[in-house]
Amino acid sequence: MTGERLNDVSGDVSGEVSTAGAVVAGDRVEPEAPVGAALPRDEPGGQADTKPRNNRAWFLVLPVVVSVAFTAVIPLMTVVNFSVQDIFSPTDRIFVGLDWFRSVSRDPEVRAAFVRTLLFSAQVLLLEIPLGVAIAVSMPRHGLGVPVALVLVALPLLIPWNVVGTIWQIFARGDIGLGGWTINNVLGVNFNYTLDSTDAWITVLIMDVWHWTPLVALLAYAGLRSIPEPYFQAAQIDAASGWATFRHIQLPRLRGVLTIAILLRFMDSFMIYTEPFVVTGGGPGNATSFLSILLSKIAVGQFDLGPAGAFSLLYFLTVQIVSYVFFTVLTRTGR
Amino acid sequence: MTLILDGVRVRQRGETWLEDIDLELPNGMTTLIGPLAAGKTTLMRVAAGLLPPTSGRVVVNGRDVTSVSVRKRSVAFVYQQFINYPSLSVYENIASPLRLDPSFPRREIDRRVREIAEIMGIGDLLDRRPEELSGGQQQRTAIARALARPVDVLLLDEPLANLDYKLREQLRADLRDMFAGSAGVVLYSTADPAEALGFAAPTVVLGEGRIQHTGDVAEMYDRPPTLAVAATLSDPPLNLLPGLAHEGRIDCLGVCFPVPGERAPAGRVVLGVRPHQVTIERTGPGDVEFPAEIRLAEVTGSATFLHLLLPGSRHLVAQLEGTRLFTPGQPATAYVDPSRVLIFDEAGVSLPARPAAEADLHG
Repeated sequence: MTGERLNDVSGDVSGEVSTAGAVVAGDRVEPEAPVGAALPRDEPGGQADTKPRNNRAWFLVLPVVVSVAFTAVIPLMTVVNFSVQDIFSPTDRIFVGLDWFRSVSRDPEVRAAFVRTLLFSAQVLLLEIPLGVAIAVSMPRHGLGVPVALVLVALPLLIPWNVVGTIWQIFARGDIGLGGWTINNVLGVNFNYTLDSTDAWITVLIMDVWHWTPLVALLAYAGLRSIPEPYFQAAQIDAASGWATFRHIQLPRLRGVLTIAILLRFMDSFMIYTEPFVVTGGGPGNATSFLSILLSKIAVGQFDLGPAGAFSLLYFLTVQIVSYVFFTVLTRTGR
Repeated sequence: MTLILDGVRVRQRGETWLEDIDLELPNGMTTLIGPLAAGKTTLMRVAAGLLPPTSGRVVVNGRDVTSVSVRKRSVAFVYQQFINYPSLSVYENIASPLRLDPSFPRREIDRRVREIAEIMGIGDLLDRRPEELSGGQQQRTAIARALARPVDVLLLDEPLANLDYKLREQLRADLRDMFAGSAGVVLYSTADPAEALGFAAPTVVLGEGRIQHTGDVAEMYDRPPTLAVAATLSDPPLNLLPGLAHEGRIDCLGVCFPVPGERAPAGRVVLGVRPHQVTIERTGPGDVEFPAEIRLAEVTGSATFLHLLLPGSRHLVAQLEGTRLFTPGQPATAYVDPSRVLIFDEAGVSLPARPAAEADLHG
């Protein structure tokens, strides 16, 4: 999406240049043309392209262009700059072309983290989307239960991310954490996320489900609420089963919000950083080192700016491409 | 086949939505007309079984179905909004009630779907999805879905209200033909007097949650028993003027005229004048004259609606034929033939109340 923004920005800039000229020319011809002058002119048989145009409105776009350039384009270009150079000191740098991209994309550690992150995102989507829809369907539609359910469901969303990590770090501990202690002592299963890779993975996954399923549920609930009551009555009159009602009325009308939910949850889970960093720090071993954790290790820990820059750009492009594919597929299938 | 609503009353959140509804609907079509918020949809939902009445009974074919779930009843419902299953094709939409009805023979489904689609004029759209159809086609699909399965009670809740004018005319004619041969009870609700008059079916006038009157719609239009019935059946809206009756004469906004016919009211009355009965040229010797000021002229093409201001800040709308131009602020004279004026007493009962109408009203 940012990629599209970039294109837009460049389009805006060139538009700005050409229209600025047009404004000047327009001013010379009609010094007193008011802003709305192009519209209500009475020209019997006049054609659209002969009407005088006032393009000054383009100036209103300028603040956006400037702020996007400052906050997104220029920083991104810095990263691009890093990614094609080997920097020893501010004065001592060598242009290396695409070497960093080559080495990063061949790095087994990066590849392992990529597979791990993709697997994590897939599991997050498979768990959170159906669960969120199920919660939304079973939430009340009328009465006092509505605000109560909304507040209860929304609670995890109100907690800062690092606090979520801290909560789960303690909750899942075998000695003092309620969850970990229960699993170890009541269920009798040996569970220790600091030592066992699978346990660590499960902890991070469940934490994400706990934290973000409410978002899916709230989006789906909003979608469900927008379905007019007569649809449900029509299904009742036809004596349709609950499943058929869900399949043929609720699910089709959730398409839009579910597309957004899937995109949001994919992007967010693919870039997850804070919570696993707090809970496991990427461990044990590399079991929960997702791309973001590995990237911050290279960029901040080792200060390898070249590889980190190349890594960031590849990461960014991956999110773009997968999101684009998701969006295209989701909006086209079944139409 | 009969549908009886016996003493039905609906109260929700402390408000009365329906009161004292006693209706016996025979086979064939009945029109239900009422203004906005009259309780039409509530009555339909009670009849369908979607809403249990607070008290009273719903009887279909002599069987009390008040507490029978809508899933087990033989009803079909068409809504004002175009309600179809969005993920199913037109064919599957029409077939779905048949598939879900265990008593409908499987082998008949395909034939029935195609037959009903042909009648509704959507035979060549069967593979489309509802979202690919125009509004009129969507509503035809919804109506086809309701008509496909033979049901005891077919309810149509303002089915044409969301369609544009031309489609409405066309679909109305189609529906009239379809219901003519219907084997079940058909209840058709509308807020449009032209629609009720066009169907010319037995008509129930509903207002403020109560049945105002039942009977022949043309008769009710001509000689409305109450002000509520007259107002419901008048489009454009009825002009209402206050009057004082005294010794065979009526004083209305400073204009006095003798009471026509054998009516003998006394005291305060309300005069109802339909816009097309107001003219700005004298049409007969008995016409009553009102001095007026022109406020606004709305031109629709075939008619001009002239808004007049009468003494006492009363408004009067005249429907004049053709396109006519007026200057707002100019004086004019409004002419009304007193023999065509509807006269109601303060309670809104027509004067003189004819015996037949009175019996209906209280029966």
